[in-house]
Amino acid sequence: MFVWNGLYPMSLDKATVASIATLARLRVPEDRLEPMVADLNAILGFVEQLNQVDTDGVEPLASVTGHSLPQREDAVTDGGYPDRVTANAPDGGNGFYAVPKVVE
Amino acid sequence: MAGILDLDLVAARDALRAREISSTELTSAYLSRIEATADLNAYITVTADKAQAMAKASDERLAKGEGGGLEGLPIAVKDLFCTEGVLTTAASHILDGFKPTYESTVTGNLWSAGAVMLGKTNLDEFAMGSSSATSYYGPPVNPWRGAQDSETRLVPGGSSGGSAAAVSGWAALAATGTDTGGSIRQPASLTGIVGMKPSYGRCSRWGIVAFASSLDQAGPMTRTVHDAAVMLSAMAGHDPKDSTSAAEPLPDLEATLDSGVKGLRIGVPAEYRVDGMPTEISEIWAKGIAWLKDAGAEIIDISLPHTQYALATYYIIAPAEASSNLARYDGVRYGLRVDGGSLDEMYANTRGEGFGAEVQRRVLIGTYVLSAGYYDAYYRKAQRVRTLIRRDFDEAFGKVDAILTPTAPSDAFAIGANEDDPVKMYLNDVFTVPASLAGLPGLSVPAGLSARGLPLGLQVLGRMFDEPMVLRVGRAIEKAATFTSRPAMLEGI
Repeated sequence: MFVWNGLYPMSLDKATVASIATLARLRVPEDRLEPMVADLNAILGFVEQLNQVDTDGVEPLASVTGHSLPQREDAVTDGGYPDRVTANAPDGGNGFYAVPKVVE
Repeated sequence: MAGILDLDLVAARDALRAREISSTELTSAYLSRIEATADLNAYITVTADKAQAMAKASDERLAKGEGGGLEGLPIAVKDLFCTEGVLTTAASHILDGFKPTYESTVTGNLWSAGAVMLGKTNLDEFAMGSSSATSYYGPPVNPWRGAQDSETRLVPGGSSGGSAAAVSGWAALAATGTDTGGSIRQPASLTGIVGMKPSYGRCSRWGIVAFASSLDQAGPMTRTVHDAAVMLSAMAGHDPKDSTSAAEPLPDLEATLDSGVKGLRIGVPAEYRVDGMPTEISEIWAKGIAWLKDAGAEIIDISLPHTQYALATYYIIAPAEASSNLARYDGVRYGLRVDGGSLDEMYANTRGEGFGAEVQRRVLIGTYVLSAGYYDAYYRKAQRVRTLIRRDFDEAFGKVDAILTPTAPSDAFAIGANEDDPVKMYLNDVFTVPASLAGLPGLSVPAGLSARGLPLGLQVLGRMFDEPMVLRVGRAIEKAATFTSRPAMLEGI
């Protein structure tokens, strides 16, 4: 298991950015990779200042309203119009989406 | 024509109700004005036919003495709100040709209140930016020009820059914006109009193209504080389709608008006096403080100790949520598809071509800070600092009723400026981001002109769900500032 040592990595290299791009399903052409590395390192360098803040024992904030999420009956409340749902598909028809062949 | 365009939203509402003007007349005047100001590039789509049909229907209702709170008033919509059957782009190539088959709750509320839709306004791609220059449709232009340099085209701020340009150039009576880290308030400041980000949860996010879901909030962009109160009343409301929408009832915002600030405690946070702040920004802030004091408010020095960490916190949380939200753009369900040898290649090609540079940066940063091993180091850490930022405000609001700060650290800058370094652009939101992270309501009111003759705004912040207080203090500043300056382009129309 990864245990954070309290320090941010100083900077990302090209190979790491290329692998993040793969995770994000984002094609970054070779000639754009180098400037992207510089930009991302500038941003990570900027956010590194959070290291200075003592957050021991501080709960993370995920909701600002303080409201608990509402519950509703587990019932179908919508649907039954596949043509409307798929109306904007770049490829498909008859209520289906078409994608490149996935299974040989 | 100038006469009818001269009316603000409330004046136009009253003139329509009194049958002194018709919605058809008013809407036609705005449609002509949109054509005349096409150079502003404020709109991505103009819905002229729809506007005329809606205006006609409004006139019929008005003739019968019927109609809602915004009956017959022509309004522009930031192109981040899904509008049924009308192109919705988020200013991104990846949403090419997307015509939603549904209407966002907020725009639906506006049309139910009788508003007339003029069109969809330009913005930063996926609302990520402070200049609106990342739009796939080219940058919108600020109607204002520098007094000594009338040639240089300036940004209207961002991300709701098209809405801001349209309202300040009179190409819309009012417009919707969305604000994630300052995207309503900063453009309002840079264009000399009023912009309000309500409390998180006030306006439904359903049908708004998502950027950072724990921060995104819709709000009005108008000529006056009163206009903002009227428009927000129509936009807001609980919506079961957005589980984060607040059930909190919205008070009558017009009722307390002119109650004044006598006896109110106004906080002035020490940490907002940032290094290198231009003198004219601190001067306009000092003026605002003096105005409220003269009107009977008690000025109290307060401290928001974690302010300096707000931007860094924001630039972890917002990209993290964005990378998750933008995973849906896969070339399968809507918009652009760029083919590839496999399904994965098709995804990567579509997203590589469909997203612009700033969106790609944020998707990559977000993916990184959420990835295994870095989640605790970045994302969790940022969420913990977010707690501290919220606590600062909670403590301050034990002592004060509202907080006064500048809205933006500068006046409008040239199109193309601040683009060499992404972090430089992020600094535009230094005064607006903290309240976004805390979920609090914020309002920008035009307060004066810079040495370059460009508008500067002041920001009023309030307690969670205390929009009436924010509007009331904003109205007091508006009254004292008597900001009547207009962009030179409005002279003689």
